[in-house]
Amino acid sequence: MTGTRAGAPESSGANGGAGGGDVPVLEASRAGFSYRGGRPVLEDVSVSVTAGRNVALVGESGAGKTTLLRLLLGLARPSTGRILFDGAELAPRDRAFRRAVQPVFQDPYSSLDPRQRVGRIVSEPLRSLGLPAAGSRAARRAEAAERAAEALESVGLPADAARRYPHEFSGGQRQRIAIARAVVCGPRVLLADEPVSALDVSTRVRVVELLAELGRSRGLTLVVVSHDLSVVAALCPEAVVVESGRVVESGPTERVLGSPAHPYTRRLVESVPRLSRAARLR
Amino acid sequence: MTLLRADDLSVRHPDGHDLVRGLSFAVEAGARLGLVGESGSGKSLTALAVMGLLPAGMTAAGGVVLGGTQVVGASGRTLDRVRGRSASMVFQEPLTALDPLMRVGRQVAGPIRRRRGLRGGALRAAVMDALSEVRLPERVAGAYPHEISGGQRQRVAIAMALACEPELLIADEPTTALDVTVQAEVLTLLDGLVAGRGMALLFISHDLAVVADVADRIVVLKEGSAVESGRTRDVVREPRHPYTRSLVDSAWALEGELDRLAP
Repeated sequence: MTGTRAGAPESSGANGGAGGGDVPVLEASRAGFSYRGGRPVLEDVSVSVTAGRNVALVGESGAGKTTLLRLLLGLARPSTGRILFDGAELAPRDRAFRRAVQPVFQDPYSSLDPRQRVGRIVSEPLRSLGLPAAGSRAARRAEAAERAAEALESVGLPADAARRYPHEFSGGQRQRIAIARAVVCGPRVLLADEPVSALDVSTRVRVVELLAELGRSRGLTLVVVSHDLSVVAALCPEAVVVESGRVVESGPTERVLGSPAHPYTRRLVESVPRLSRAARLR
Repeated sequence: MTLLRADDLSVRHPDGHDLVRGLSFAVEAGARLGLVGESGSGKSLTALAVMGLLPAGMTAAGGVVLGGTQVVGASGRTLDRVRGRSASMVFQEPLTALDPLMRVGRQVAGPIRRRRGLRGGALRAAVMDALSEVRLPERVAGAYPHEISGGQRQRVAIAMALACEPELLIADEPTTALDVTVQAEVLTLLDGLVAGRGMALLFISHDLAVVADVADRIVVLKEGSAVESGRTRDVVREPRHPYTRSLVDSAWALEGELDRLAP
Protein backbone atom coordinates (compact mmCIF):
# COMPACT_ATOMS: atom_id res chain seq x y z
CA MET A 1 0.00 0.00 0.00
CA THR A 2 2.36 2.57 -1.22
CA GLY A 3 0.86 5.71 -2.41
CA THR A 4 0.37 9.43 -2.31
CA ARG A 5 -1.85 10.23 0.57
CA ALA A 6 -3.33 13.52 1.52
CA GLY A 7 -2.90 13.37 5.26
CA ALA A 8 -0.51 11.77 7.67
CA PRO A 9 -2.17 8.79 9.32
CA GLU A 10 -2.04 9.27 13.06
CA SER A 11 -1.94 5.57 13.72
CA SER A 12 -0.61 4.18 16.95
CA GLY A 13 3.02 3.18 16.76
CA ALA A 14 2.91 -0.58 16.65
CA ASN A 15 6.56 -1.19 17.21
CA GLY A 16 8.83 -3.88 15.92
CA GLY A 17 7.85 -7.15 14.32
CA ALA A 18 8.72 -8.11 10.80
CA GLY A 19 5.01 -8.57 10.08
CA GLY A 20 4.21 -4.89 10.52
CA GLY A 21 0.50 -5.28 9.83
CA ASP A 22 -1.02 -2.18 8.33
CA VAL A 23 1.40 0.31 9.83
CA PRO A 24 4.03 1.24 7.26
CA VAL A 25 7.56 0.42 8.35
CA LEU A 26 8.78 3.63 6.82
CA GLU A 27 6.81 6.54 5.56
CA ALA A 28 7.34 10.00 4.12
CA SER A 29 4.30 12.08 4.88
CA ARG A 30 3.95 15.24 2.78
CA ALA A 31 7.69 15.63 3.03
CA GLY A 32 9.52 18.53 1.43
CA PHE A 33 13.18 19.38 1.29
CA SER A 34 15.12 22.40 0.18
CA TYR A 35 18.68 23.51 0.65
CA ARG A 36 19.02 26.85 2.40
CA GLY A 37 17.83 29.65 0.14
CA GLY A 38 17.25 27.22 -2.74
CA ARG A 39 14.06 26.18 -4.37
CA PRO A 40 12.58 22.92 -3.11
CA VAL A 41 14.26 19.69 -4.18
CA LEU A 42 11.24 17.77 -2.95
CA GLU A 43 7.71 19.01 -2.44
CA ASP A 44 4.80 17.38 -0.69
CA VAL A 45 6.04 13.84 -1.19
CA SER A 46 4.15 11.00 0.46
CA VAL A 47 5.47 7.48 0.16
CA SER A 48 4.84 4.55 2.45
CA VAL A 49 6.74 1.33 2.70
CA THR A 50 4.79 -1.67 3.92
CA ALA A 51 6.59 -4.77 5.14
CA GLY A 52 7.02 -7.28 2.34
CA ARG A 53 6.12 -4.90 -0.50
CA ASN A 54 9.27 -3.68 -2.26
CA VAL A 55 9.00 -0.11 -3.45
CA ALA A 56 10.78 1.49 -6.40
CA LEU A 57 11.48 5.19 -6.62
CA VAL A 58 11.65 5.93 -10.31
CA GLY A 59 12.70 9.08 -12.09
CA GLU A 60 15.50 10.81 -13.94
CA SER A 61 18.59 12.61 -12.69
CA GLY A 62 17.78 15.63 -10.60
CA ALA A 63 14.25 14.44 -9.84
CA GLY A 64 14.99 14.14 -6.11
CA LYS A 65 15.07 10.35 -5.76
CA THR A 66 18.32 10.27 -3.85
CA THR A 67 17.24 13.15 -1.62
CA LEU A 68 14.07 11.24 -0.77
CA LEU A 69 16.17 8.20 0.07
CA ARG A 70 18.39 10.36 2.31
CA LEU A 71 15.30 11.57 4.18
CA LEU A 72 14.11 7.99 4.66
CA LEU A 73 17.57 7.02 5.93
CA GLY A 74 17.60 9.88 8.41
CA LEU A 75 20.67 11.39 6.73
CA ALA A 76 18.78 14.62 6.11
CA ARG A 77 15.78 16.16 7.84
CA PRO A 78 12.73 17.17 5.84
CA SER A 79 12.14 20.95 5.62
CA THR A 80 8.40 20.32 5.73
CA GLY A 81 6.32 17.26 6.52
CA ARG A 82 7.45 14.20 8.43
CA ILE A 83 9.30 10.93 8.12
CA LEU A 84 7.81 8.11 10.17
CA PHE A 85 9.41 4.86 11.27
CA ASP A 86 6.98 2.24 12.59
CA GLY A 87 4.39 4.98 12.79
CA ALA A 88 6.42 7.34 14.98
CA GLU A 89 8.53 10.32 14.00
CA LEU A 90 11.95 9.16 12.87
CA ALA A 91 14.83 9.65 15.28
CA PRO A 92 17.96 9.18 13.15
CA ARG A 93 20.16 8.25 16.11
CA ASP A 94 17.76 5.70 17.49
CA ARG A 95 19.55 2.34 17.41
CA ALA A 96 16.40 0.38 16.70
CA PHE A 97 15.93 2.49 13.57
CA ARG A 98 19.53 2.20 12.44
CA ARG A 99 19.44 -1.50 12.91
CA ALA A 100 16.15 -1.89 11.05
CA VAL A 101 16.96 0.30 8.05
CA GLN A 102 20.22 -0.12 6.16
CA PRO A 103 21.58 1.45 2.96
CA VAL A 104 23.24 0.02 -0.17
CA PHE A 105 24.91 2.59 -2.38
CA GLN A 106 25.34 2.82 -6.13
CA ASP A 107 29.06 2.60 -6.66
CA PRO A 108 30.76 -0.39 -5.06
CA TYR A 109 34.13 1.15 -5.96
CA SER A 110 33.68 4.14 -3.66
CA SER A 111 31.43 2.74 -0.94
CA LEU A 112 33.96 0.23 0.45
CA ASP A 113 37.03 1.38 2.39
CA PRO A 114 39.99 0.14 0.29
CA ARG A 115 42.25 -0.18 3.36
CA GLN A 116 40.03 -2.49 5.36
CA ARG A 117 39.61 -6.19 4.97
CA VAL A 118 36.21 -7.33 3.78
CA GLY A 119 35.44 -9.03 7.11
CA ARG A 120 35.91 -5.77 8.95
CA ILE A 121 33.88 -3.81 6.39
CA VAL A 122 30.99 -6.23 6.63
CA SER A 123 30.94 -6.30 10.44
CA GLU A 124 31.12 -2.49 10.75
CA PRO A 125 27.36 -2.03 11.32
CA LEU A 126 27.60 -4.46 14.25
CA ARG A 127 30.34 -2.39 15.88
CA SER A 128 28.58 0.91 15.32
CA LEU A 129 25.35 -0.50 16.73
CA GLY A 130 27.10 -2.10 19.70
CA LEU A 131 26.13 -5.64 18.67
CA PRO A 132 26.25 -8.23 20.03
CA ALA A 133 25.65 -6.52 23.36
CA ALA A 134 26.50 -9.36 25.74
CA GLY A 135 29.59 -11.44 26.43
CA SER A 136 33.30 -10.90 26.85
CA ARG A 137 35.21 -8.85 24.33
CA ALA A 138 36.66 -11.93 22.68
CA ALA A 139 33.28 -13.66 22.58
CA ARG A 140 31.67 -10.58 21.03
CA ARG A 141 34.40 -10.39 18.45
CA ALA A 142 34.01 -14.05 17.55
CA GLU A 143 30.25 -13.61 17.31
CA ALA A 144 30.68 -10.59 15.00
CA ALA A 145 33.07 -12.54 12.75
CA GLU A 146 30.60 -15.38 12.61
CA ARG A 147 27.75 -13.09 11.62
CA ALA A 148 29.93 -11.42 8.97
CA ALA A 149 30.83 -14.85 7.56
CA GLU A 150 27.16 -15.79 7.50
CA ALA A 151 26.29 -12.52 5.71
CA LEU A 152 29.03 -13.09 3.13
CA GLU A 153 27.79 -16.60 2.55
CA SER A 154 24.23 -15.36 2.10
CA VAL A 155 25.35 -13.11 -0.78
CA GLY A 156 27.21 -15.96 -2.44
CA LEU A 157 30.81 -15.01 -1.64
CA PRO A 158 33.43 -17.60 -0.67
CA ALA A 159 34.36 -18.03 3.00
CA ASP A 160 37.89 -16.65 2.51
CA ALA A 161 36.48 -13.34 1.22
CA ALA A 162 36.57 -11.93 4.76
CA ARG A 163 40.38 -11.92 4.81
CA ARG A 164 40.76 -10.15 1.48
CA TYR A 165 40.60 -6.49 0.40
CA PRO A 166 37.94 -4.85 -1.81
CA HIS A 167 40.31 -4.32 -4.78
CA GLU A 168 40.64 -8.10 -5.12
CA PHE A 169 36.99 -8.31 -6.17
CA SER A 170 35.09 -7.49 -9.34
CA GLY A 171 32.35 -4.84 -9.46
CA GLY A 172 29.56 -7.37 -8.98
CA GLN A 173 31.36 -9.03 -6.07
CA ARG A 174 31.95 -5.66 -4.45
CA GLN A 175 28.27 -4.89 -4.67
CA ARG A 176 27.66 -8.25 -2.97
CA ILE A 177 30.04 -7.15 -0.19
CA ALA A 178 28.06 -3.92 0.18
CA ILE A 179 24.86 -5.95 0.40
CA ALA A 180 26.41 -8.30 2.99
CA ARG A 181 27.32 -5.26 5.08
CA ALA A 182 23.75 -4.00 4.83
CA VAL A 183 22.15 -7.29 5.95
CA VAL A 184 24.63 -8.27 8.68
CA CYS A 185 22.65 -6.64 11.49
CA GLY A 186 19.36 -8.24 10.41
CA PRO A 187 17.51 -5.16 9.10
CA ARG A 188 13.88 -5.12 8.02
CA VAL A 189 14.33 -2.57 5.24
CA LEU A 190 17.13 -2.06 2.69
CA LEU A 191 17.34 1.31 0.99
CA ALA A 192 19.29 0.80 -2.20
CA ASP A 193 20.32 3.71 -4.40
CA GLU A 194 20.82 2.49 -7.99
CA PRO A 195 22.25 -0.80 -6.65
CA VAL A 196 22.99 -2.33 -10.06
CA SER A 197 23.49 0.56 -12.45
CA ALA A 198 27.29 0.43 -12.21
CA LEU A 199 27.31 -3.25 -13.19
CA ASP A 200 27.56 -5.05 -16.54
CA VAL A 201 24.38 -6.67 -17.77
CA SER A 202 25.07 -10.29 -16.85
CA THR A 203 26.29 -9.25 -13.39
CA ARG A 204 23.28 -6.99 -13.09
CA VAL A 205 20.90 -9.89 -13.64
CA ARG A 206 22.62 -11.93 -10.92
CA VAL A 207 22.63 -9.11 -8.35
CA VAL A 208 18.94 -8.43 -9.03
CA GLU A 209 18.27 -12.14 -8.41
CA LEU A 210 20.30 -11.97 -5.19
CA LEU A 211 18.31 -8.96 -3.92
CA ALA A 212 15.03 -10.71 -4.71
CA GLU A 213 16.23 -13.87 -2.96
CA LEU A 214 17.43 -12.00 0.14
CA GLY A 215 14.10 -10.22 0.29
CA ARG A 216 12.32 -13.56 0.47
CA SER A 217 14.72 -15.45 2.73
CA ARG A 218 15.37 -12.68 5.26
CA GLY A 219 12.00 -10.98 5.27
CA LEU A 220 13.57 -7.81 3.95
CA THR A 221 11.64 -5.05 2.28
CA LEU A 222 13.55 -3.20 -0.41
CA VAL A 223 13.25 0.43 -1.31
CA VAL A 224 15.10 0.76 -4.60
CA VAL A 225 16.01 3.95 -6.37
CA SER A 226 16.46 3.10 -10.02
CA HIS A 227 16.25 4.64 -13.42
CA ASP A 228 16.19 1.16 -14.93
CA LEU A 229 12.56 0.15 -15.36
CA SER A 230 13.47 -3.49 -16.01
CA VAL A 231 15.05 -3.68 -12.57
CA VAL A 232 11.99 -2.02 -11.10
CA ALA A 233 9.69 -4.48 -12.83
CA ALA A 234 11.79 -7.41 -11.62
CA LEU A 235 12.09 -6.39 -7.97
CA CYS A 236 9.28 -4.11 -6.87
CA PRO A 237 5.53 -4.65 -6.75
CA GLU A 238 5.10 -0.95 -5.90
CA ALA A 239 6.42 2.02 -7.84
CA VAL A 240 6.56 5.74 -7.19
CA VAL A 241 7.40 8.01 -10.11
CA VAL A 242 9.14 11.23 -9.17
CA GLU A 243 9.57 14.17 -11.51
CA SER A 244 11.10 17.51 -10.49
CA GLY A 245 10.69 16.82 -6.80
CA ARG A 246 7.06 15.73 -6.94
CA VAL A 247 5.35 12.37 -7.04
CA VAL A 248 3.51 12.26 -10.35
CA GLU A 249 2.22 8.72 -10.11
CA SER A 250 2.35 5.80 -7.70
CA GLY A 251 0.80 2.44 -7.03
CA PRO A 252 1.25 -1.18 -8.08
CA THR A 253 4.13 -1.39 -10.59
CA GLU A 254 1.94 -3.45 -12.86
CA ARG A 255 -0.43 -0.52 -13.25
CA VAL A 256 2.12 2.30 -13.13
CA LEU A 257 4.33 0.82 -15.85
CA GLY A 258 1.69 -1.27 -17.61
CA SER A 259 -0.91 1.45 -18.06
CA PRO A 260 0.72 4.70 -17.00
CA ALA A 261 -1.71 7.52 -16.33
CA HIS A 262 0.76 10.41 -16.26
CA PRO A 263 2.37 11.61 -19.51
CA TYR A 264 5.81 11.63 -17.90
CA THR A 265 5.52 7.99 -16.84
CA ARG A 266 4.32 7.12 -20.33
CA ARG A 267 7.33 8.87 -21.88
CA LEU A 268 9.66 7.10 -19.45
CA VAL A 269 8.27 3.67 -20.35
CA GLU A 270 8.31 4.48 -24.08
CA SER A 271 11.95 5.60 -23.95
CA VAL A 272 13.45 2.40 -22.56
CA PRO A 273 15.57 0.77 -25.27
CA ARG A 274 14.25 -2.75 -25.76
CA LEU A 275 15.30 -5.68 -27.83
CA SER A 276 11.65 -6.45 -28.42
CA ARG A 277 11.29 -3.15 -30.26
CA ALA A 278 14.76 -2.79 -31.81
CA ALA A 279 14.59 -1.53 -35.38
CA ARG A 280 17.31 -3.85 -36.72
CA LEU A 281 15.71 -7.00 -35.34
CA ARG A 282 12.48 -6.61 -37.23
CA MET B 1 33.96 1.57 -50.95
CA THR B 2 35.53 0.63 -47.67
CA LEU B 3 35.90 3.66 -45.39
CA LEU B 4 37.51 1.89 -42.51
CA ARG B 5 39.30 -1.40 -42.34
CA ALA B 6 40.87 -2.78 -39.20
CA ASP B 7 43.12 -5.70 -39.93
CA ASP B 8 44.49 -7.83 -37.10
CA LEU B 9 44.48 -4.75 -34.85
CA SER B 10 46.04 -5.08 -31.41
CA VAL B 11 46.45 -2.48 -28.67
CA ARG B 12 49.22 -3.06 -26.19
CA HIS B 13 49.41 -1.68 -22.65
CA PRO B 14 52.82 -0.31 -21.56
CA ASP B 15 53.18 -3.33 -19.22
CA GLY B 16 53.21 -5.58 -22.29
CA HIS B 17 49.86 -7.29 -22.32
CA ASP B 18 47.38 -6.81 -25.13
CA LEU B 19 44.09 -5.10 -24.32
CA VAL B 20 42.80 -5.58 -27.87
CA ARG B 21 43.87 -8.71 -29.77
CA GLY B 22 43.75 -9.49 -33.47
CA LEU B 23 40.61 -7.51 -34.25
CA SER B 24 39.46 -7.24 -37.86
CA PHE B 25 36.38 -5.49 -39.21
CA ALA B 26 35.39 -3.16 -42.02
CA VAL B 27 32.91 -0.34 -42.43
CA GLU B 28 31.65 0.42 -45.95
CA ALA B 29 30.43 3.85 -47.00
CA GLY B 30 26.98 4.48 -45.51
CA ALA B 31 27.07 1.29 -43.41
CA ARG B 32 26.42 1.01 -39.68
CA LEU B 33 28.54 -1.22 -37.51
CA GLY B 34 28.08 -1.72 -33.78
CA LEU B 35 30.79 -2.76 -31.31
CA VAL B 36 29.22 -4.44 -28.30
CA GLY B 37 30.83 -5.68 -25.12
CA GLU B 38 31.01 -5.29 -21.36
CA SER B 39 33.36 -2.99 -19.48
CA GLY B 40 37.00 -3.75 -20.21
CA SER B 41 36.26 -5.51 -23.49
CA GLY B 42 38.33 -3.02 -25.50
CA LYS B 43 35.50 -1.16 -27.27
CA SER B 44 36.72 2.35 -26.54
CA LEU B 45 40.39 1.52 -27.13
CA THR B 46 39.44 0.23 -30.56
CA ALA B 47 37.73 3.54 -31.37
CA LEU B 48 40.71 5.51 -30.10
CA ALA B 49 43.13 3.37 -32.10
CA VAL B 50 41.07 4.03 -35.24
CA MET B 51 41.41 7.77 -34.71
CA GLY B 52 45.09 7.53 -33.71
CA LEU B 53 44.16 8.86 -30.26
CA LEU B 54 45.43 6.12 -27.95
CA PRO B 55 46.52 7.34 -24.50
CA ALA B 56 50.26 7.84 -23.99
CA GLY B 57 52.11 4.54 -23.61
CA MET B 58 49.51 2.45 -25.42
CA THR B 59 50.64 1.19 -28.81
CA ALA B 60 48.67 -0.16 -31.74
CA ALA B 61 49.88 -2.96 -33.97
CA GLY B 62 48.39 -4.38 -37.12
CA GLY B 63 46.56 -2.25 -39.64
CA VAL B 64 43.88 0.42 -39.55
CA VAL B 65 43.15 2.00 -42.90
CA LEU B 66 40.86 5.00 -42.57
CA GLY B 67 39.85 6.87 -45.71
CA GLY B 68 42.77 5.28 -47.58
CA THR B 69 45.36 6.27 -44.96
CA GLN B 70 47.23 3.83 -42.73
CA VAL B 71 46.59 5.18 -39.21
CA VAL B 72 48.84 2.84 -37.21
CA GLY B 73 52.24 4.45 -36.93
CA ALA B 74 51.16 7.56 -38.87
CA SER B 75 52.58 11.01 -38.05
CA GLY B 76 50.49 13.76 -36.49
CA ARG B 77 50.35 15.62 -39.80
CA THR B 78 49.07 12.61 -41.66
CA LEU B 79 46.46 11.98 -38.97
CA ASP B 80 45.29 15.60 -39.15
CA ARG B 81 44.32 15.01 -42.77
CA VAL B 82 42.00 12.11 -41.94
CA ARG B 83 40.62 13.21 -38.58
CA GLY B 84 37.48 15.20 -39.09
CA ARG B 85 37.29 14.56 -42.85
CA SER B 86 37.25 10.79 -42.96
CA ALA B 87 35.99 10.26 -39.44
CA SER B 88 35.03 12.25 -36.38
CA MET B 89 34.04 11.14 -32.97
CA VAL B 90 31.41 11.68 -30.28
CA PHE B 91 32.48 10.64 -26.80
CA GLN B 92 30.54 9.27 -23.86
CA GLU B 93 30.80 12.16 -21.45
CA PRO B 94 30.05 15.51 -23.09
CA LEU B 95 31.06 17.44 -20.00
CA THR B 96 34.67 16.34 -20.36
CA ALA B 97 34.61 16.41 -24.17
CA LEU B 98 33.77 20.13 -24.20
CA ASP B 99 36.04 22.95 -23.02
CA PRO B 100 34.47 24.27 -19.80
CA LEU B 101 35.93 27.75 -20.28
CA MET B 102 34.75 28.37 -23.83
CA ARG B 103 31.28 29.39 -24.93
CA VAL B 104 29.48 26.73 -26.95
CA GLY B 105 29.33 28.86 -30.11
CA ARG B 106 33.10 29.24 -30.26
CA GLN B 107 33.64 25.53 -29.72
CA VAL B 108 31.30 24.66 -32.58
CA ALA B 109 32.95 27.34 -34.74
CA GLY B 110 36.40 25.76 -34.33
CA PRO B 111 35.98 22.74 -36.59
CA ILE B 112 33.78 24.67 -39.08
CA ARG B 113 36.47 27.32 -39.53
CA ARG B 114 39.17 24.74 -40.02
CA ARG B 115 37.23 22.53 -42.35
CA ARG B 116 35.39 25.10 -44.45
CA GLY B 117 37.60 28.16 -44.02
CA LEU B 118 34.71 30.42 -43.04
CA ARG B 119 35.13 33.71 -41.16
CA GLY B 120 32.99 36.46 -39.63
CA GLY B 121 29.32 36.55 -40.51
CA ALA B 122 29.44 33.45 -42.67
CA LEU B 123 31.04 31.50 -39.81
CA ARG B 124 28.41 32.75 -37.37
CA ALA B 125 25.64 31.72 -39.73
CA ALA B 126 27.22 28.27 -40.17
CA VAL B 127 27.39 27.84 -36.38
CA MET B 128 23.70 28.69 -36.08
CA ASP B 129 22.92 26.20 -38.85
CA ALA B 130 24.95 23.53 -37.09
CA LEU B 131 23.11 24.15 -33.81
CA SER B 132 19.69 24.12 -35.43
CA GLU B 133 20.57 20.88 -37.17
CA VAL B 134 20.91 19.22 -33.77
CA ARG B 135 17.71 20.99 -32.61
CA LEU B 136 19.38 23.45 -30.27
CA PRO B 137 18.09 27.01 -29.89
CA GLU B 138 20.39 29.88 -30.92
CA ARG B 139 20.88 31.11 -27.38
CA VAL B 140 22.89 27.96 -26.58
CA ALA B 141 25.74 29.48 -28.63
CA GLY B 142 26.31 32.07 -25.88
CA ALA B 143 26.22 29.55 -23.01
CA TYR B 144 29.07 27.74 -21.29
CA PRO B 145 28.85 23.93 -21.16
CA HIS B 146 27.92 23.89 -17.46
CA GLU B 147 24.93 26.12 -18.15
CA ILE B 148 23.16 23.62 -20.40
CA SER B 149 21.77 20.15 -19.74
CA GLY B 150 23.56 16.87 -20.40
CA GLY B 151 21.42 16.15 -23.44
CA GLN B 152 22.10 19.62 -24.85
CA ARG B 153 25.83 19.15 -24.27
CA GLN B 154 25.80 15.89 -26.19
CA ARG B 155 23.95 17.64 -29.03
CA VAL B 156 26.73 20.25 -29.08
CA ALA B 157 29.34 17.48 -29.28
CA ILE B 158 27.40 15.91 -32.16
CA ALA B 159 27.20 19.28 -33.93
CA MET B 160 30.98 19.63 -33.63
CA ALA B 161 31.58 16.14 -34.96
CA LEU B 162 29.25 16.75 -37.91
CA ALA B 163 30.71 20.18 -38.66
CA CYS B 164 33.65 18.48 -40.37
CA GLU B 165 31.26 16.63 -42.70
CA PRO B 166 32.91 13.28 -41.99
CA GLU B 167 32.25 10.20 -44.05
CA LEU B 168 32.25 8.11 -40.88
CA LEU B 169 30.94 9.06 -37.46
CA ILE B 170 32.35 7.16 -34.50
CA ALA B 171 30.04 7.32 -31.49
CA ASP B 172 31.47 5.85 -28.27
CA GLU B 173 28.62 5.23 -25.81
CA PRO B 174 27.07 8.55 -26.89
CA THR B 175 23.95 8.20 -24.74
CA THR B 176 25.20 6.22 -21.75
CA ALA B 177 25.58 9.32 -19.56
CA LEU B 178 22.08 10.54 -20.42
CA ASP B 179 18.69 9.94 -18.85
CA VAL B 180 16.54 7.43 -20.65
CA THR B 181 14.10 9.93 -22.19
CA VAL B 182 16.99 12.13 -23.32
CA GLN B 183 18.78 9.06 -24.64
CA ALA B 184 15.77 8.28 -26.82
CA GLU B 185 15.77 11.83 -28.21
CA VAL B 186 19.50 11.87 -28.93
CA LEU B 187 19.38 8.43 -30.58
CA THR B 188 16.53 9.53 -32.84
CA LEU B 189 18.47 12.67 -33.73
CA LEU B 190 21.65 10.75 -34.44
CA ASP B 191 19.78 8.21 -36.53
CA GLY B 192 18.20 10.94 -38.64
CA LEU B 193 21.44 12.85 -39.15
CA VAL B 194 23.43 9.78 -40.14
CA ALA B 195 20.71 8.68 -42.56
CA GLY B 196 20.22 12.21 -43.95
CA ARG B 197 23.89 12.64 -44.76
CA GLY B 198 24.47 9.10 -45.91
CA MET B 199 27.28 8.84 -43.34
CA ALA B 200 28.71 5.59 -42.12
CA LEU B 201 28.46 4.91 -38.38
CA LEU B 202 30.65 3.02 -35.95
CA PHE B 203 28.51 2.76 -32.84
CA ILE B 204 29.95 1.56 -29.56
CA SER B 205 27.76 0.52 -26.66
CA HIS B 206 27.42 -1.90 -23.78
CA ASP B 207 23.65 -1.86 -24.30
CA LEU B 208 22.55 -4.53 -26.73
CA ALA B 209 19.07 -3.07 -27.09
CA VAL B 210 20.50 0.30 -28.12
CA VAL B 211 22.92 -1.22 -30.64
CA ALA B 212 20.19 -3.44 -32.07
CA ASP B 213 18.19 -0.31 -32.74
CA VAL B 214 21.00 1.49 -34.55
CA ALA B 215 23.48 -0.89 -36.20
CA ASP B 216 22.96 -3.27 -39.13
CA ARG B 217 25.98 -5.39 -38.27
CA ILE B 218 27.69 -6.00 -34.94
CA VAL B 219 30.96 -7.24 -33.56
CA VAL B 220 30.81 -8.73 -30.07
CA LEU B 221 33.95 -8.11 -28.05
CA LYS B 222 35.12 -9.98 -25.00
CA GLU B 223 38.39 -9.21 -23.23
CA GLY B 224 39.81 -7.55 -26.31
CA SER B 225 38.88 -10.16 -28.89
CA ALA B 226 35.96 -10.46 -31.26
CA VAL B 227 33.97 -13.56 -30.31
CA GLU B 228 31.25 -13.18 -32.91
CA SER B 229 30.24 -10.86 -35.71
CA GLY B 230 27.56 -10.65 -38.35
CA ARG B 231 24.21 -9.13 -39.13
CA THR B 232 22.67 -7.73 -35.94
CA ARG B 233 19.49 -9.70 -36.58
CA ASP B 234 21.31 -13.00 -36.89
CA VAL B 235 23.64 -12.46 -33.96
CA VAL B 236 20.89 -11.39 -31.56
CA ARG B 237 18.32 -13.90 -32.75
CA GLU B 238 20.69 -16.84 -33.02
CA PRO B 239 23.91 -16.21 -31.13
CA ARG B 240 26.48 -18.91 -31.80
CA HIS B 241 29.20 -18.12 -29.26
CA PRO B 242 28.40 -18.95 -25.62
CA TYR B 243 29.47 -15.48 -24.50
CA THR B 244 27.16 -13.77 -26.99
CA ARG B 245 24.41 -16.11 -25.88
CA SER B 246 24.90 -15.14 -22.21
CA LEU B 247 24.89 -11.47 -23.16
CA VAL B 248 21.71 -11.82 -25.19
CA ASP B 249 20.05 -13.99 -22.52
CA SER B 250 20.87 -11.46 -19.79
CA ALA B 251 19.45 -8.62 -21.87
CA TRP B 252 16.26 -10.58 -22.53
CA ALA B 253 16.01 -11.68 -18.90
CA LEU B 254 15.98 -8.13 -17.56
CA GLU B 255 13.82 -6.80 -20.32
CA GLY B 256 11.39 -9.69 -20.00
CA GLU B 257 10.18 -8.33 -16.67
CA LEU B 258 9.32 -5.01 -18.27
CA ASP B 259 7.86 -6.59 -21.40
CA ARG B 260 5.61 -8.64 -19.15
CA LEU B 261 4.16 -5.54 -17.45
CA ALA B 262 4.26 -3.12 -20.37
CA PRO B 263 4.30 -5.00 -23.66
